[in-house]
Amino acid sequence: MQNIIDVQGLKKEFKSFSSRSGLKGAFRDLFTRNYTIKTAVDDISFTIKKGEMVGYIGENGAGKSTSIKMLTGILTPTDGKIVVNGMNPHKEREKFVKTIGVVFGQRSQLWWDIAVQESFRLLKKIYNVPDQQYEEHMKDVIETLDIGPLLDKPVRKLSLGQRMRCELAAALIHNPPLLFLDEPTIGLDVLVKLKIREFLKRINEKYGTTILLTTHDLSDIEALCERVVMLDEGKIIYDGPLKELRENWAEGKQIQFQFSEEATLEELQHLTQEHLVVWEKGESDLVWVASVEAEETVISGVIGKVTAAKKIADLKILEISTEEIIRNIYVEGAVRHG
Amino acid sequence: MGKYIEMIRIRFLMMLAYRTNYYSGILIYSINIGAYYFLWSAIYGGKENIQGLSITQMTTYIAVAWMARAFYFNNIDREIAMEIKEGKVAVEMVRPYPYLNMKMMQGLGEGIFRLLFFSVPGMIIVALVFPIELSTNASTWLFFFLSITFSFIINTQINLLAGIATFFLFNNDGLIRAKRVVIDLFSGLILPLSFYPMWAQNVMSYLPFQGISYIPSMIFTEGFKGSQIYEALLNQAIWSLLLIIPVYGLWILAKRQLVVQGG
Repeated sequence: MQNIIDVQGLKKEFKSFSSRSGLKGAFRDLFTRNYTIKTAVDDISFTIKKGEMVGYIGENGAGKSTSIKMLTGILTPTDGKIVVNGMNPHKEREKFVKTIGVVFGQRSQLWWDIAVQESFRLLKKIYNVPDQQYEEHMKDVIETLDIGPLLDKPVRKLSLGQRMRCELAAALIHNPPLLFLDEPTIGLDVLVKLKIREFLKRINEKYGTTILLTTHDLSDIEALCERVVMLDEGKIIYDGPLKELRENWAEGKQIQFQFSEEATLEELQHLTQEHLVVWEKGESDLVWVASVEAEETVISGVIGKVTAAKKIADLKILEISTEEIIRNIYVEGAVRHG
Repeated sequence: MGKYIEMIRIRFLMMLAYRTNYYSGILIYSINIGAYYFLWSAIYGGKENIQGLSITQMTTYIAVAWMARAFYFNNIDREIAMEIKEGKVAVEMVRPYPYLNMKMMQGLGEGIFRLLFFSVPGMIIVALVFPIELSTNASTWLFFFLSITFSFIINTQINLLAGIATFFLFNNDGLIRAKRVVIDLFSGLILPLSFYPMWAQNVMSYLPFQGISYIPSMIFTEGFKGSQIYEALLNQAIWSLLLIIPVYGLWILAKRQLVVQGG
């Protein structure tokens, strides 16, 4: 399988200017400015193979958007090598961008004042798509995204969910082998999200489209991507399967008890002294959470002991969510490898 | 080529979406022309002509200068500035076309729309109210249209320069506004260049601005005759070519230091 994206030692630095204080400082700023060099992307390397769906995650300001912009040829890297679809994105921009599709969740690609279909028609001309191919491909896309009734409406009259589906269709007019999605589901409701996810899976299966997705919504990644690349402060801190990330980090389980009578810490510790349990008080005096190892004997042992001694109103076994895992990783700052 | 024609068409559609703006525009331009007409009637007093232009020629000059302005004038400098400020230029950069050419085509779409829906009806209204002399000479019309095409090119190139400057200045509303005043003044829109003092005329003959308004208006009013027309058109053609150099130079520099704002 060939590499669609090959990034080696990529680096991007920005100059950021700071203003001096006071009136005197403002005058001095007219002539010379103070600046500091900020490294947004710091020496990252990774490769993506054809047909992969990769989630690209990180906190705000971790360097996701900057690296996407370098991969799409918008920004010039300060240092490093990028080969995407066998081309240097920045050097061969016009030829290169014909082979990719891009959706920026926060910026519209469509022309605001004109009907959606006029935008499509213009994009078809821009990408030089033959009539027959357009008919075939777009009919399918329009049907799956269910945007047929929206085509004759101006973009400004569409809701966010409707617009987003149209944006996605617009990015796919030339059926690109590689698709960049920068927060495509931002601000969308669950139904639209599901529809978009289904659609992305479908084109990935049907055309083998490689997809690189950045998002803050981890359920998107869980639903779509087998592999995640995680960024923090411009560096890759994890690159590998999502499953492994979960296994290495979601070691324990939590059991939440809601008692119908008051319980004390000593009492509970005494009850479960055979096992390694960390008790924590929950939202009220009646709620206690036991963190235990994810082993069946331990879990059932703890539940058995506690329920035999005390009356409970409710019982929940919580698995640590991906979101929590990610949060833990950021708090600790590095990834343990298993 | 197809994509450029499509872009002109799209721009046309966009202008049609907001066509009501233009009815008020026609009124404003008519008032402007009217004000200048009365001003010039007062200046002429009883004189036959000033600086080789008769009062009718003068009125025609003013009317034509304003109507030609509707064609060559466009807001692409502001648009570029806005796209840079809002970070929309990122979207433009992932499209497989030369950004500047596409912007120029958008300007052309706007210009053609204004020519048809603004200048022509405007000119008819103005011709009914004020004494204007329209040439019956086919070659004058031909030279005029050739000349306003060059006007469009020169003005758009200057607009592109002002727009691209946003890459370096981040906020250049002041520059754009100053540019507009300089063009209105130095292009001969408000006052024919032959009315300026000799030293100013000398300076302006080395600047591209006279090619924007003065030359097409002088051709239309037949203030230029014979070889003067060819010289004037040649001047416009040279500036159209010459301005390509700074536009592309600045663009290459701008791309190198492109920082997409917001995100």
